[in-house]
Amino acid sequence: MSGAGGDILLSVDNVSLSFGGVRAISDVSFDIRKGEIRAIIGPNGAGKTSMLNVVNGFYHPQNGQITYRGRTRTRMKPHEAAERGIARTFQNVALFRGMTTLDNIMTGRNLKMKRGLVWQALRFGPALNEEIEHRQACEEIIDFLEIEHIRKTPVGALPYGLQKRVELGRALAMEPELLLLDEPMAGMNLEEKEDMSRFIVEANRLRGATIALIEHDMGVVMDLSDRVVVLQYGRKIADDVPAVVKADQAVIDAYLGVGR
Amino acid sequence: MGSAAVRGDANDTFAKLLRAHAAVRGARPAFRHKDFGLWRTWTWAQVYDETRAIAVGLIALGLDRGDTIAIVGANRPKLYWSITAAQMIGAVPVPVYADSVADEIAAVLDHSEAGVIIAQDQEQVDKILSVRGRLPRLRHLLYDEPRGLTDYDEPGLHALEAIMAKGRAALGDPAAAADIDRRIDAGKGADPSVILYTSGTTGRSKGVVLSGERSIAAARDTVAFDSLTDRDEVLAYLPLAWVGDHYLNYAQGYVAGFCMACPESADTAANDLREIGPTYHFAPPRVFEALLTRVQIRMEDAGAFKRWLYRRFMDAAKRWGEKIANGDKVPLSARLAYRLGDLLIYAPLKNALGFSRVRVAYTAGEAIGADLFAFYRSIGLNLKQLYGQTEAFLFVTAQADRAVRSDAVGPPAPNVELRIAPDGEVQFRSPGMFVGYFREDDKTREAMTEDGYVKTGDAGFFEPDGQLKIVDRAKDVGRLENGEMFAPKYIENKLKFFPNIREAVAFGDGRAFVTAMINIELASVGDWAERHSVSYASYQDLAANPRVTAMIEEHVDAVNRALSLEPAMAGAQIRRFLILPKELDADDGELTRTQKVRRRFIAERYAPLIEGLYGGAREASISAEITYEDGRKGKLVGTAHIVDMPPHPKAKEARAA
Repeated sequence: MSGAGGDILLSVDNVSLSFGGVRAISDVSFDIRKGEIRAIIGPNGAGKTSMLNVVNGFYHPQNGQITYRGRTRTRMKPHEAAERGIARTFQNVALFRGMTTLDNIMTGRNLKMKRGLVWQALRFGPALNEEIEHRQACEEIIDFLEIEHIRKTPVGALPYGLQKRVELGRALAMEPELLLLDEPMAGMNLEEKEDMSRFIVEANRLRGATIALIEHDMGVVMDLSDRVVVLQYGRKIADDVPAVVKADQAVIDAYLGVGR
Repeated sequence: MGSAAVRGDANDTFAKLLRAHAAVRGARPAFRHKDFGLWRTWTWAQVYDETRAIAVGLIALGLDRGDTIAIVGANRPKLYWSITAAQMIGAVPVPVYADSVADEIAAVLDHSEAGVIIAQDQEQVDKILSVRGRLPRLRHLLYDEPRGLTDYDEPGLHALEAIMAKGRAALGDPAAAADIDRRIDAGKGADPSVILYTSGTTGRSKGVVLSGERSIAAARDTVAFDSLTDRDEVLAYLPLAWVGDHYLNYAQGYVAGFCMACPESADTAANDLREIGPTYHFAPPRVFEALLTRVQIRMEDAGAFKRWLYRRFMDAAKRWGEKIANGDKVPLSARLAYRLGDLLIYAPLKNALGFSRVRVAYTAGEAIGADLFAFYRSIGLNLKQLYGQTEAFLFVTAQADRAVRSDAVGPPAPNVELRIAPDGEVQFRSPGMFVGYFREDDKTREAMTEDGYVKTGDAGFFEPDGQLKIVDRAKDVGRLENGEMFAPKYIENKLKFFPNIREAVAFGDGRAFVTAMINIELASVGDWAERHSVSYASYQDLAANPRVTAMIEEHVDAVNRALSLEPAMAGAQIRRFLILPKELDADDGELTRTQKVRRRFIAERYAPLIEGLYGGAREASISAEITYEDGRKGKLVGTAHIVDMPPHPKAKEARAA
């Protein structure tokens, strides 16, 4: 894994987030370096998904700031995040169930289409050329994820493991700089997990995406990631390379539920 | 024999055939491949250029006349071209099964002495690299799909595309082009053209060496037999290393000049079939069975009107379809009903299956159920059977159009000499017959008779209409006490065509008569029990039910009646049978992993039941301690009721052909 020593792509500084009286995140800081695979782990309710939602602008933290590609902001809308190269997948698959695999992945190209709605509707001249170019990009992703056989299948009819793969395909279609994956392997069997791990590593290595992922399978986290940040009750309790995190007493206690 | 020389055609190697196609039909499509969602087409002229580029590249890597070169992967145009490129140089291509595990691949690669390997992708490259230590001769490893391989740093690993680019550049020089031309001319028909390794289900796999002139002579005969032309098209989806693919697609394609379409991946083959709409098609019986099951399930889900329409017209097809296909006389009303059915049901159905344009379809490899076979014939698919072997370069027998039946595999293919040895073994001499096993002369001698026939290892006999019937492996065929032939698998297969019978084991070698032990199929018999309010707790319970016994008795009687109609088999009718109180299971060592019964093992374990079958008792019990493969011990307890079957009289006359 290449970029463990790369420039900082995104940093989160002293971020706190609460919903009414509930504190989801308290004063958390960490960074993501260009080219790395960064894991966010922690027990249920530790604030992992909230953290991803803060990063891509879905939640606005009450305190702290986010610096992405050198620009500091406190507020950013999800579509701005998407335009600036942040793509994500969701814990519960969020695809257009009635649309085919290909069409779902094509929606990932939407931000890259320059011609307006009218041009696209006409499917003529420059718009057509543009569509061909985007279709090519989608076909490369379909080839990459080995989902040729379900190209024309409505995703609602697909098994869960394949839906997860299509969702990753849609995120990759955006050619993101930063890819946020929320439990990409939840509910998968061993073989599906191995496939997904391979796709994540290759997306990182071959397609050059920096990746931040939430995952519960410790084996996967330790194998894939360059660095791991551990949250518990909204606080950061550890942040280091997998080998060190694995040996950290606070992390072990958090997972085994040892009370002090 | 030697018919290629008699016919005096100079194109006696595949490289010469390719060069001729490039000249004669250069603009006709030769290959298609679906990649990135689009079908890409290459003409014969383009294929000739690409193949020459590979050949020049391989020469630069040091490949020379007489060397072997292994090709590991799925059906991709560049892998087919690599086969021809090797043949251009006079090297011998060895296609290897892509789904073999590393160990099996290592054995074949090592035995074939290949110094150069062309692999499809990272998966195959990884497999080969993992056994590189066992392949001292391996100098160069080429790959077709670069994905995931870009940062591999292995000595001798190259992208096939890079080798081709060098070849293309070199071909700009007229001297290099002339050199390739010379090498093509230097190729002789008698040279080894390809080595196909047998799948090894019956012992270690052997390398079957085929020559160019024999391969081409055999393919010419069958191309003429089925009137294949350069307007035909196939979907090349069978394993590259299997004789079926090398014959039906590669050899016949290169002889007839038709177009080979390579699917996008194994998973998309069904869909690609629909898109291409081949005119010539092969599939093993289990594929046809799976397709039919899918159709039936989809029809169950259809609306009431569609279901009615489907049933109504499938009945018409069942009654008249085969007769119409075989050119028999049928009443005008039936013809009209069939025509309407074709419009409403058969044609759309064939379209959904990708069979709309199929003129000739073959199946082979195992026995095909009569109902299954009749279904496809009745909707107007020209499905036929053939019998073949790698050693024959496939065709030994083939059914002609309009002379098709499900229970035999056809008369000898053109120019094939076929005979039945005294012990019942089928032996042949054929135009495409192999030259020998690679590096195993002793095995070659074992496989041949002194007068030059090849022993198939299969037992069979000729039907009155001249069609061959394969009954069993020759070594499994025995004799009853009175000398009548006893072919256990033949009888077992007949029983197993009944959905209620899952497994059957027949005994009779050296005995006075034939007996059988039967396993019922829990799914279908259980379904029957539910519908007829027969309550049961377990397999054993159901197997002991008298009504189930009566049902199976009818099936056995039907098999006996069928056997009585066949002069060679009438003596081997089942005289006594029982339903086994336990399901035969691979985990208990009673079946092989490929679900074949292990007859000897079963005979030992169930000896008390067999004694009962031959002892004249009304029932037999078994109570034995058995040790499972993993060392656990279990107890096998059960009682089976034994049923006597009156034999049918032997048919006096052979039925009209």
